[in-house]
Amino acid sequence: MHPAYSVILFTTASGAGYGLLALLGLVGVNHGQASSIAFGVTSMVIALGLITIGLLASTLHLGHPERAWRALSQWRSSWLSREGVAAVVTYAPALLFGLVWSGLVEAPSLILPLGLVTAILAAFTVYCTGMIYASLPTIRAWAQPLTVPIYLAFALASGSALLAAISFAFGSLQLFQVIFTVAALIVLAVLKFLYWRAIDSAPKTHTMGTATGLGRIGEVRQWELPHTATNFVQSEMGYVIARRHAQKLRRFVFILFASALAAMLLALTIPALVIVAAIAVLAAAAVERWLFFAEAQHVSTLYYGAPNA
Amino acid sequence: MTSLPPPSAKKLGLVIDLDTCVGCQACATSCKEWNTQGYSAPLSDANPYGTDPSGVWLNRVHGYEVKEQGRKDSRVVHFPRSCLHCETPACVTVCPTGASYKRAEDGIVLVNPDTCIGCKLCSWACPYGAREYDQSHGVMKKCTLCVDRIYNEHLEPEDRQPACVKACPTGARHFGDLGDPNSAVSQLVAAREGFDLLPEMGYKPVNKYLPPRPRRDAFTSAPVELAKENGSSIEKLFAWADRLMGGSTKKAPAPPQEDYSGRLEG
Repeated sequence: MHPAYSVILFTTASGAGYGLLALLGLVGVNHGQASSIAFGVTSMVIALGLITIGLLASTLHLGHPERAWRALSQWRSSWLSREGVAAVVTYAPALLFGLVWSGLVEAPSLILPLGLVTAILAAFTVYCTGMIYASLPTIRAWAQPLTVPIYLAFALASGSALLAAISFAFGSLQLFQVIFTVAALIVLAVLKFLYWRAIDSAPKTHTMGTATGLGRIGEVRQWELPHTATNFVQSEMGYVIARRHAQKLRRFVFILFASALAAMLLALTIPALVIVAAIAVLAAAAVERWLFFAEAQHVSTLYYGAPNA
Repeated sequence: MTSLPPPSAKKLGLVIDLDTCVGCQACATSCKEWNTQGYSAPLSDANPYGTDPSGVWLNRVHGYEVKEQGRKDSRVVHFPRSCLHCETPACVTVCPTGASYKRAEDGIVLVNPDTCIGCKLCSWACPYGAREYDQSHGVMKKCTLCVDRIYNEHLEPEDRQPACVKACPTGARHFGDLGDPNSAVSQLVAAREGFDLLPEMGYKPVNKYLPPRPRRDAFTSAPVELAKENGSSIEKLFAWADRLMGGSTKKAPAPPQEDYSGRLEG
């Protein structure tokens, strides 16, 4: 699948934003009001800012961005529509939560319910993002049970690293935040390792023979393309990265995971390293997201010369 | 509404005969010609006269080489591919706007070009590569089964068929109601053991393909029986004339050698 930069930016930025937002909601549930208005407002602006940048980036790849509002209508059947609805709905409790949690509005009793609702909706939005991919039977590498957990784990790890970095900037970084981020990173790395093992070993069940139905006669090979120039299906669906490049990038993602982990652990002595950790996690998310597309083979490639998919 | 309507009794679709298709591209070009001025028109091209042309086609004719079991030679099968108007089309249910829909009355799958946002998710959901994005209009295009021909009362009744079916010079394309077991197309599918593409995906395509018939050629078919010589004087005259010119009617040509070098004999 062709990796569109707008989609990579969207899922990376909004994933981190929703992860941070969900964690802020839980912080509010657990601790009540933010330690200072400045900390509360800054972290909420970063969370909602990342989400908004991501959502705007996602409209960049649309043919008709001005019609984007129509995407809120088909939540009964479409995960993309559900994601849109969830994203828009999340703004309401998130903004209210930001006001009361940061202390801009004095209403301490509302922090707990608003924080809880915000965290649940943020997590549900990321779940919908993952389901858009996981629900496509045409792409074996996406229709995997680990696709959605990895989207959630990335949101949690990048949100947690961001929260640690913001806390550091306000001089309120706590040991628990470091431990939590390290745990999230380890879970994420394990899930990603299992995911790559799963897609490498999943059998390619569709063949050029079943795609053309000619397998019933004999062995099928591509003889001639229907055209002399590349078409949309080839450029959008036919993009598959060479295996050795993919292996290189997979190693790079793990190096970034390891760097983030090391930086996070070293932050126990040099706290400023949490910023390095946050950058490393976001970089890992972007590279992983690129690979998520580039490694995914679409079934329609069978009509364009792929022997199996 | 992108939730699917209850299954319709009428299932309009195509039956494509891979035995008789000669790969002439008439269906593809007539499709382009009709649909560039019909529903969801135009089907735009980018850089059509340049070095790197591209464009939207709703019907494309592939070519495959099939090597039958137990044979040394292979055969070419021309393979037209377009939207199969599936009974459970995921391209419709993933659509976030309701622009993609399956018609309740006849099962035709269409895109409303006025509400499509061009997110391309439907093309990801189609296993057949049947949907093509129109870069210059920012919307998705697909086969309409010539919905603007088949019900068009301005056309003569015999012309109320998809453009590709009308254009096919070998009669390899058939249009009809595949929901009716007594229709001509359903009978054809039953008689010729028509099949689905990627049946294991579960999209339940309405369009069916008819398999190429078993090959008959110089290697497998019975040799043509020549008339026996009867020894008449006229035959002797011809044999004498033949010998005089250095030819021989008795010697059979040597069987072809196994040679894959592509070298021409002689």
